[in-house]
Amino acid sequence: MIVSLARELLVSLRTALEALGAYTLFGLRLVAETPRALLRFGLVVQQIHNAGAHSLVIIMMSGLFVGMVLGLQGFDLLERFGSEESLGTAAALGLLKELGPVVTALLFAGRAGTALASELGLMRATDQLAAMEMMAVDPVRRVVMPRFLGGILSMPLLAAIFSMIGLFGAQLVGVQLMGVDSGQFWSQMRGAVEFGDVMEGVLKSAVFGVACSLIAVFEGYHSVPTAEGVGRATTRTVVISSVVVLLLDYMLTAVML
Amino acid sequence: MVRLRDVHFSVQRRAIFDGVEVDIRRGSVTAVMGPSGTGKTTLLRLITGQLLADRGLVEVEGRDVAAMSRPEIYRMRRRMGMLFQNGALLTDLNVYENVAFPLREHTNLPERLLRHVVLTKLHAVGLRGAWNLMPAELSGGMARRVALARAIVMDPQLLIYDEPFVGLDPISLGMVLRLIRRLNDSLGLTSIVVSHDVREISAVSDFCYLLSGGRIIASGPPASLADSGSEEVRQFMHGLPDGPVPFHYPAPDYAGQLRHLPK
Repeated sequence: MIVSLARELLVSLRTALEALGAYTLFGLRLVAETPRALLRFGLVVQQIHNAGAHSLVIIMMSGLFVGMVLGLQGFDLLERFGSEESLGTAAALGLLKELGPVVTALLFAGRAGTALASELGLMRATDQLAAMEMMAVDPVRRVVMPRFLGGILSMPLLAAIFSMIGLFGAQLVGVQLMGVDSGQFWSQMRGAVEFGDVMEGVLKSAVFGVACSLIAVFEGYHSVPTAEGVGRATTRTVVISSVVVLLLDYMLTAVML
Repeated sequence: MVRLRDVHFSVQRRAIFDGVEVDIRRGSVTAVMGPSGTGKTTLLRLITGQLLADRGLVEVEGRDVAAMSRPEIYRMRRRMGMLFQNGALLTDLNVYENVAFPLREHTNLPERLLRHVVLTKLHAVGLRGAWNLMPAELSGGMARRVALARAIVMDPQLLIYDEPFVGLDPISLGMVLRLIRRLNDSLGLTSIVVSHDVREISAVSDFCYLLSGGRIIASGPPASLADSGSEEVRQFMHGLPDGPVPFHYPAPDYAGQLRHLPK
């Protein structure tokens, strides 16, 4: 019993290490291809549109509601200490440093990540990638790289939009609904939030962008070319991205605090 | 043009090829036939360098494919065109852009000249009028013809067809058959057609190889294969349901299997 359990653990560990190795090698290949891919920036812009612009509605809607909830909860908490005029600062720091990058990354994994993985998986299943190979066109260079870079560049932009709309939502609830003084709300925020706080959010969303895009293109590109295989790649993209984003968030927060 | 000598290839210890020998002559249409699962597509993948043989020689235009670097294999593929079973058109591009794709990737042709080349190739397969359709709007036969236009757009020397007749209605099938022969003769190509449609392929090919059990069991002009004395060749060429290739997949005793309930 214990021996078989230990054997299973070893097998799982070996599988995990192999996967990590494969991710690392694929990631290094993408890094090596980046300068050449940037030369065909038109393809990257197309993917920024696909991954970024198509995620805008869900990001903006979510940002608004997260900001409104933050306004309500923040007001309730701060009112207990008699400092509800600090709501602007609390909402801004919460959104810029934490909620903006994290929730955007989770939504990005669910919306754009799955789209990327299933698109690449279907391209493999329908021989489109093999056809490119036969036309002497490297699919990693032509298909994967623009999607990878498009995802990376989209994430900080989406996170910034999320935080902006979130702040509007917090202001809507805090100032318009709960009666916090508008001047206090904005002036306290401007006084307390520093450039470093903004950069922390930007850095986090850039790291999450690399992680989510890498996971999506890796899973899609290496998916088993069947309907089941593509479905599994899509699911793995969301699950792995979500866990990795939360893990990275803790690590980055611990380092930057 | 293409030469395979004593080629051995296996997947997960299962032997697919066990000493295959093939010669594809320049300017000919050569058919590679065989029952499903005998490795016909694998043979194409060995020729195009997508797979490497475990043992033996795969030579294209006098060069050993196994000894080529990745850029050299890509350079070799630029002189090849391949028609996939389902066409494998890029679904996010329309017909025109699909055919233009290899030109845009490999050349810097001015748009006017590129348009000229693409429309010429589309005209050759009879689909110039469908230039702005998306792949989802095409029938199976049309998709196959667009893929054929894309395969010849770089003016290849070797054109490879992987099961080009699967799922086609009689009219589309006739069109593809005619195109294979016409393109080969008018463009001076060398063609390899992998198929198990005996009647269709016999009509257009100059030479046939019959692949079974990991070896070439017969070769020659189509007429000579049809009259072969070998039982295995006769079974395949005449579509007999039982023979050396059994109807039944190997199975345990029938009555015993019916009585025995698996736990």
